[in-house]
Amino acid sequence: MPLYLNDDQTMLRDTARSFIADEGAIAKQLRHWRDSGCTDGFGHGLWKQFAEMGFTGILIDEADGGLGLGHVEAGIVLEEIGRNLAPSPFLVSAVAFVAALKGSAQRERWFPGILAGETVAALAVDEGRKHRPEAIAMRAERAGNGFRLSGKKQFVVQGASADVILVAARTDEGLTLFAVEKDARGLGVEGVRLADASIGARMTFDGVEVDADAVVGEVGGGATVLARALNAGRAGAAAELVGVGGAAMDMTVDYLKQRKQFGRLIGEFQALQFRSAHLYSELEIARAAALKAQQLLDEGSADAEAMVSVAKAKAGRASQLAVQEGVQMHGGIGMTDEYDIGLYMKRDRVLNELFGDPAYHADKLARMKGY
Amino acid sequence: MSDLDQFRNDTREWLAANCPAEMREPMRDESDACWGGRNPVFKNDAQKQWMDAMAARGWTVPDWPTEYGGGGLSPAEAKILKQEMARIGARNPLMSFGISMLGPALLKYGSEAQKRHYLPQIALGQIRWCQGYSEPNAGSDLASLQTKCEDKGDHWLVNGQKVWTSYADKADWIFCLVRTDPAAPKHQGISFLLFDMASPGVSTRPILLISGSSPFCETFFDDVKVPKDQVVGEVNKGWDVAKYLLGHEREMISGMGLGGQTDSLGAALADAVADDPVLRADIARFDVDAMAFRAMSERFIDELKAGQAHPALPSMMKYAGTELNKVRHELVMAAGGSNALEWESERSNKGKSAREWLRTKANSIEGGTSEIQLGIIAKRILELPGA
Repeated sequence: MPLYLNDDQTMLRDTARSFIADEGAIAKQLRHWRDSGCTDGFGHGLWKQFAEMGFTGILIDEADGGLGLGHVEAGIVLEEIGRNLAPSPFLVSAVAFVAALKGSAQRERWFPGILAGETVAALAVDEGRKHRPEAIAMRAERAGNGFRLSGKKQFVVQGASADVILVAARTDEGLTLFAVEKDARGLGVEGVRLADASIGARMTFDGVEVDADAVVGEVGGGATVLARALNAGRAGAAAELVGVGGAAMDMTVDYLKQRKQFGRLIGEFQALQFRSAHLYSELEIARAAALKAQQLLDEGSADAEAMVSVAKAKAGRASQLAVQEGVQMHGGIGMTDEYDIGLYMKRDRVLNELFGDPAYHADKLARMKGY
Repeated sequence: MSDLDQFRNDTREWLAANCPAEMREPMRDESDACWGGRNPVFKNDAQKQWMDAMAARGWTVPDWPTEYGGGGLSPAEAKILKQEMARIGARNPLMSFGISMLGPALLKYGSEAQKRHYLPQIALGQIRWCQGYSEPNAGSDLASLQTKCEDKGDHWLVNGQKVWTSYADKADWIFCLVRTDPAAPKHQGISFLLFDMASPGVSTRPILLISGSSPFCETFFDDVKVPKDQVVGEVNKGWDVAKYLLGHEREMISGMGLGGQTDSLGAALADAVADDPVLRADIARFDVDAMAFRAMSERFIDELKAGQAHPALPSMMKYAGTELNKVRHELVMAAGGSNALEWESERSNKGKSAREWLRTKANSIEGGTSEIQLGIIAKRILELPGA
């Protein structure tokens, strides 16, 4: 398979690009919801439109009413989401959550709502300030026919708006994943606005009781389910980061072609040209890495997980460079809320942290390679 | 089974039967490579056998047309051949500037007669080529080159000097940029000329480098007579050919070092990093960059074959690949510590680490410096203003 988009994928990209640039534009979505104090941090109307466009069913099998496409196609939509900073449940609900539930009994319960753009799902993994899924401490004790969950989670993206939360906890048998409904008794949800105006949640599980059929996959077999969710989420976040970084770079390069100082366009200065060219190179490499990771996931390759870490780390670093150079090259106006470049810097920071930062993934890669 | 699956199976079988075991071991350095030529030097029988077997199928140049000695493979087939060779660690059967640089330029700009004459010789490894581009006063500013080429009616007369000519002392022929119109603006008076290095008036002097080896030469032309039909493309339009060829040279250099390296640097240096967490972190970051770059190389080649790559993309590949290769060798030196400093001992394989480390410093200079590449990206891809 060549490492570029095929004709169908290019068509999807063109569709997603114009649709999201229009309906998901910063003024229409991000600024609108932020400035109106929305406690969801995203618009349900746009989520509905995503469903009408078919986007929410990209990873859902045709037999379940979806499009039966792959991570490459999900990444195409995510890159456009990133370019427009469009606040959307797409990454967690339609990518990570759907990947986790693939083949499980719960898909019948939750996929129809996601296909319709009505259900929002969340992923509760992190328990401390950093993403450390290997060190999950939350307990799930057997109780009656089901389990009782106790512990704390944080950085639960869209957790405050979610109808269902996929929770990772430890049973005596090992890591297990539970699909917990939002109104479960003993579940405390504190919505927290993050730097990029999205809403995350801190959650407390105070003896939350769930039936045995809330288990996704096998009891003690949560590692496989979680790996599916995280591989999908990380590859998707990498694609979104490529979009964030790519748009920040385009905006900055445009600015270099307009702004005059010392009687000439600042884009004529070699110092800025070289930095821009280096940034371009980093972003193109990151885009290739993200696409490779998505293709390997779609092929079910054993090499996919390592490449996913490469993609998340590389896209994170490239996008970080793009937003930092972006603000610096915009000069003073880059610091103003009126200009969008600062919004890109904030979104980049959140996405870099989500599902493991570049240091986490470099370390993970090293361990996978045996050092 | 699809045609491509069938091709993969057949290729795998053929390679298993025809690639000698010695040719599946990694090359230690450029001297292990097979370069062909009029008086070829083979390190062992396996090397000759491997080159001949591949050349007989046209697989030294898998995607060139069969009428010019190529394998006539489609992009998808060529990719499969590459993957199958990588799978068993098969060496490149023939290293050749004829393949990586001159061939593509001849395919685009050569006359039919030139293609039929030169390309099959390149494919079979019969002629070893060198590249006459840089001059003492024309490095990054290549188009200011001054080597004089006068029209003497029935032949050209060449006088001047080239420098950094890779393996000029071992080459049979040269592809050379010469000035055919000194009065024209600098980009418009250049021609692209081919001639035999055995011609009277050609001499070479190897240059000793910081690595202790002499892969580059000074090359002198003193009243060298060249037949009139050995100009490629139009007279005074050699700059177009030169630039096109540079794209291919950059593509080749971008893959040097990293192309052959398939797995993680950290895995190879695991012992050295076990008690050095900071070095381990640096190497882990390098592995991220290297694996990402490898994905970029795959994408670049796929796009190139499909005619989708931006024409200036080789500059990006050259910049990123060479800078990364320099980082790699800095890390190898750091991991090796004082062992890696030994210059002559047998223990150090005659200073292999240190000499390779120094060799890589040329990667971001030869074929256009990193700064030249960044300038090209800025102007031709990002379309930033200015000269």
